[in-house]
Amino acid sequence: MNHAPIKIKPYGEHAILIEWPNMVDENILDSIILFDEYLKTHCLPKGIWETVTAYNSLLVVNQVEKVDYITYKKKIGEWYANIEKGSKREQLLWKLPVLYDLDFGIDLEEVAQKAGKTVSEVIELHTSHVYTVYGIGFLPGFMYLGGLPKELEVSRKSEPRLQVKKGSVGIAGKQTGIYPQDSPGGWNIIGSCPIPIFDINKEDPCFVSVGDKIQFQQITLAEYNLHKIETEVGIYKPEKIVLNA
Amino acid sequence: MLKVLKSGFYTSVQDLGRFGYRNKGVPVSGVMDHISVKKANSLLENKVTDAVLEITMTGPTLIFEKSTSIVMAGASMSVTLNNEPVRNYKIYQVHEGDILSYGKLNKGFRAYLAIKGGFTTNEVLSSRSFYIPITQVNRLKDGDSIPYDGYADFIPKISEIKTDSFLDETILEVYKAPEFDLLDDRQLESLFSKDFTISKQNNRMAYQLKENIVGLEYSMLTSATLPGTVQLTPSGRLIVLMKDGQTTGGYPRILQLSDKAISILAQKREGNNVSFKLI
Repeated sequence: MNHAPIKIKPYGEHAILIEWPNMVDENILDSIILFDEYLKTHCLPKGIWETVTAYNSLLVVNQVEKVDYITYKKKIGEWYANIEKGSKREQLLWKLPVLYDLDFGIDLEEVAQKAGKTVSEVIELHTSHVYTVYGIGFLPGFMYLGGLPKELEVSRKSEPRLQVKKGSVGIAGKQTGIYPQDSPGGWNIIGSCPIPIFDINKEDPCFVSVGDKIQFQQITLAEYNLHKIETEVGIYKPEKIVLNA
Repeated sequence: MLKVLKSGFYTSVQDLGRFGYRNKGVPVSGVMDHISVKKANSLLENKVTDAVLEITMTGPTLIFEKSTSIVMAGASMSVTLNNEPVRNYKIYQVHEGDILSYGKLNKGFRAYLAIKGGFTTNEVLSSRSFYIPITQVNRLKDGDSIPYDGYADFIPKISEIKTDSFLDETILEVYKAPEFDLLDDRQLESLFSKDFTISKQNNRMAYQLKENIVGLEYSMLTSATLPGTVQLTPSGRLIVLMKDGQTTGGYPRILQLSDKAISILAQKREGNNVSFKLI
């Protein structure tokens, strides 16, 4: 595999930013994930360093001390030449249940109208595509998903809502995603996911990682309620498929 | 337990922060002014990671239920222990029933109460720092109790430090952040020649500055941010992210505050002035 060139930039006293070409691209994301894994396994020990990956960048942060940029710039350049020695992380496809109905998907009809589709066509389009997690940020467990079909690109609401319910599935522009907690928001809400993407009671509080894939699955109200209860008692396990097994 | 009679404006438990979860979107949190807290914890011979109370603008009234030693730090507030005035960076022994009462804010914005051994509230994701929704609350309320271990016979090596206060400093030393090179001469001139006023929008997530400069119309892909990152919006607003700030952002990151500058800014409130100096 050909890995795109990187740019290394200083970022304050504790961090260094590594940038790939400025585009949303699966191959670039693959290089970032591979390099992230290589750095964490071979170069930057956990507990001292942490990393934040997003779209075309990888931030390395030293939690303990200040970093010498010149030294690490050189090291990172050398490490990147070894990227292929890194082991590929499991790539997972998560199938996330979503209840698309007019009670939860409060903007479903408006979205259908804006897109010139029927409500069932909107649901069909939203569930038939596989999305890529390009970043997690903004709020704990908030996924930046790429891959929304063009037909579903509708503008965000002109007035943001003061409160969007936790679990709400929204679309806006080229983006789709799930609100991980109650928060203000301007996305069009088309459904609700009954299982939390972020759960502080779990050792790994967020089962999704950058680079994973997401597909939404339509469920009934009865299944929605069941998953809610399963989540409350801690027995719900999201369905996953290992893609590069 | 430390019993909270009155909680004050915004009092929270904070330690150095929550590390290792930024890639899941969890802010670092932790004390806004780490310099003052480090001194207080050192005096008590605590670990640097021991949790303290962060007290903002209007302080609480507290009753101790076990003997221990405490140190006040950070902002200068009129504080009394059983009606006797006490001062910052000096160790006080307290006993069951003692009342610590915060009064007028004299200088700075955030005061700290450190305690021998640290406050022992539950850790969530390896930190005690309050942050919703990682912790259930983001500040104390009247009637709360905060756990700590009693220390009846702690004999400190040093009982007080004379410290250079940085509460009057207004110059924020900054580094070039990743999108610095997008700035033109006019923007650079305004950034480094003017004073900026802290706006009403200032909290643990971010400090917004009142004066705008020429904005940056630049469409960038969302990328990581840090506490102390200065973002410039298309409308020309300057936003300085702080400890509870989001872990990624889409506005150009033009400057990055030094560690010390974060502490200096954390002690500023609405109407105070600051300026940037590139290092």
